[in-house]
Amino acid sequence: MAEALANYVWPWLAYLLVGVLQAGLLLIVPLVGAMFFVWIERKVSARIQDRLGPTRCGGKFGWLQLLADGLKLITKEDLRPADADAVLFRVAPYISLCASFAALLALPFSNGWVAQELDVGVFFILAVVGLEVFGVILAGYASASKWSLFGAMREAAQVVSYEVPLGMCVVVPVMIAGTMNLVTIGQLQAGLFTNWFIFHDPFTFITFWVYFTCATASVNRAPFDLAEAESELVAGFHTEYSGFRWLSFFMAEYGSMFAVSGLAAILFFGGWNGPIPVASLLGLTPEHGPVLGWIGNLLGLLNFVLKCIFGVTFMVWVRWTLPRLRIDQVMQVCLKYCTPIAAVMFLGATIWTFLLPGGGGLRSMPYAQRYVLNAPAVEAKPQAPAAKNVAIDSGSAVNDVTAVSRTAPGGE
Amino acid sequence: MGPVNWHTFFFYLYALVACGFGVAVVISTNIVRMAMYLIVSLGATAGLFFLAGADFVGAMQLMIYVGGTLVLLIFGVMLTAQGPLISLRTSGGDWIVAMLLAGCLGALLIPAGLTVKSWNTGRPDVKEEVAQSGAQAVLVSADQKPPVPTAGDMPDVNEDGIPDKQPITAAPLGLGLLGARVDKLENVPAALRPGMSGYLLPFEVISVHLLVVLVGAAYLARSKRRAGNRS
Repeated sequence: MAEALANYVWPWLAYLLVGVLQAGLLLIVPLVGAMFFVWIERKVSARIQDRLGPTRCGGKFGWLQLLADGLKLITKEDLRPADADAVLFRVAPYISLCASFAALLALPFSNGWVAQELDVGVFFILAVVGLEVFGVILAGYASASKWSLFGAMREAAQVVSYEVPLGMCVVVPVMIAGTMNLVTIGQLQAGLFTNWFIFHDPFTFITFWVYFTCATASVNRAPFDLAEAESELVAGFHTEYSGFRWLSFFMAEYGSMFAVSGLAAILFFGGWNGPIPVASLLGLTPEHGPVLGWIGNLLGLLNFVLKCIFGVTFMVWVRWTLPRLRIDQVMQVCLKYCTPIAAVMFLGATIWTFLLPGGGGLRSMPYAQRYVLNAPAVEAKPQAPAAKNVAIDSGSAVNDVTAVSRTAPGGE
Repeated sequence: MGPVNWHTFFFYLYALVACGFGVAVVISTNIVRMAMYLIVSLGATAGLFFLAGADFVGAMQLMIYVGGTLVLLIFGVMLTAQGPLISLRTSGGDWIVAMLLAGCLGALLIPAGLTVKSWNTGRPDVKEEVAQSGAQAVLVSADQKPPVPTAGDMPDVNEDGIPDKQPITAAPLGLGLLGARVDKLENVPAALRPGMSGYLLPFEVISVHLLVVLVGAAYLARSKRRAGNRS
């Protein structure tokens, strides 16, 4: 895109414009998405509590409420406690927002539509989403308020604990796919919904629910929202914040909810591949021309965003249904339930994938096969069959490698 | 307006942030701010890794160093930072010792960094090597932009839906840790190949070592109550 634009304007300007455009498109998600999700949250919570929610602002369904909310928050006075650490207090909300925004950089929105296709996309998203807690902790410390500090400490303990089962859950689909590249993981689930990793085997099905529990906890949503427990801590870590800085925390929270929902959609629900492969049935694939491929990708984008919105709505539903846990219960859920279940599911999925013929071994094959079988065969194709039998030390071969060597003769 | 090399621009930007906040860590006296500056500096270093195309190392930097410093900030600093620790004044003697040590390290590192010829001239053979072995992800020299995938030019795809062209990835590294040196298959005589167990043994040794450390930490941090006297 930048190269094409460089024919008309200066190259440096072309790269700048394309970069700003891509970043701008991504910024829509935490900024506009947050307003939309706040509106969803208000409507859904109202229905759950047998109310109507916002109805007057902007006619039907109160759809202008999201703009009104945003305007109200932007025009509020920006307060800072006298004892607060001025620099850290100011900078904390933006750190949270940046972390949740950076996670979207590696998230593919459709087949190949990703800001930066990273080979370790899953790992990058996990690493960056975990940084959001940094802003929360700084806010809690810098506010010079007991409530804030208590909230921040709770959040720190909670997020650090829940990263363990979260990582273990994410490893399961990664192991089945044989790659951490999110685009490839999505491509492997093309076709009917039976190809989704959640229906791959019973273990991935359970893994998804554990993942969603841990994801809810790690983005600090109810029933795990101890950091802002209104009944105990006023408002927790953002007690002293107002106006736009407060809004930044919320945009970060909704952005992270979108990011973990998107990660769930790609890892378990086929990403942009729908329950029914409409795009490929209609011939909207890149093989039939760039325009049709583009339209197919657009359908994939819609599909993916709908899945993300469904995930966020699910979190909202959970929030207004379940009561808040106590801090000891939060730790108990993490250490006594989520972590062991995730570990057992990981073992089960491993055994299932590599013992059942065709159950999953075939699916995990192609990517690793490329390295074990085809790596030396760039120019020396005939030598590849000789290499595949001896490439692996028989005593030490684990997981992927075993499956590849076992199924290799059929693959050639 | 001359051509702007954005890659170089971002390299200097990240380098400046990393160095600037590194200096800020030394100068600052408030221990919480020090930790915060350290995190920014380490984050900028991760940015440098991403810029060099070493995604895996960059993500590791974020996960381990930035995340680790974060935990240090929480449990080591915020809970203990009272009284004398909240503002650290460095005495003159400390400054001299620190300058001496830092000067020695700098005197070693700066000439070492400046004498690597390929960093200044660029090695034309590096790109072919990387394309063949697919393993030396870090070797992409600084002035070569990593290829940016766009929707327009998708790589050739085989029947499995996997790109035929081998991108530079961390997968050979991971397979090497699991015991298969996929990057060295063509180099070794066939008779020696069964013995190429990669880095599995060091990997296992480190894993067991970490497990021992974890068990030890849990033992040290255990509740000191005896079973009989619960009250």
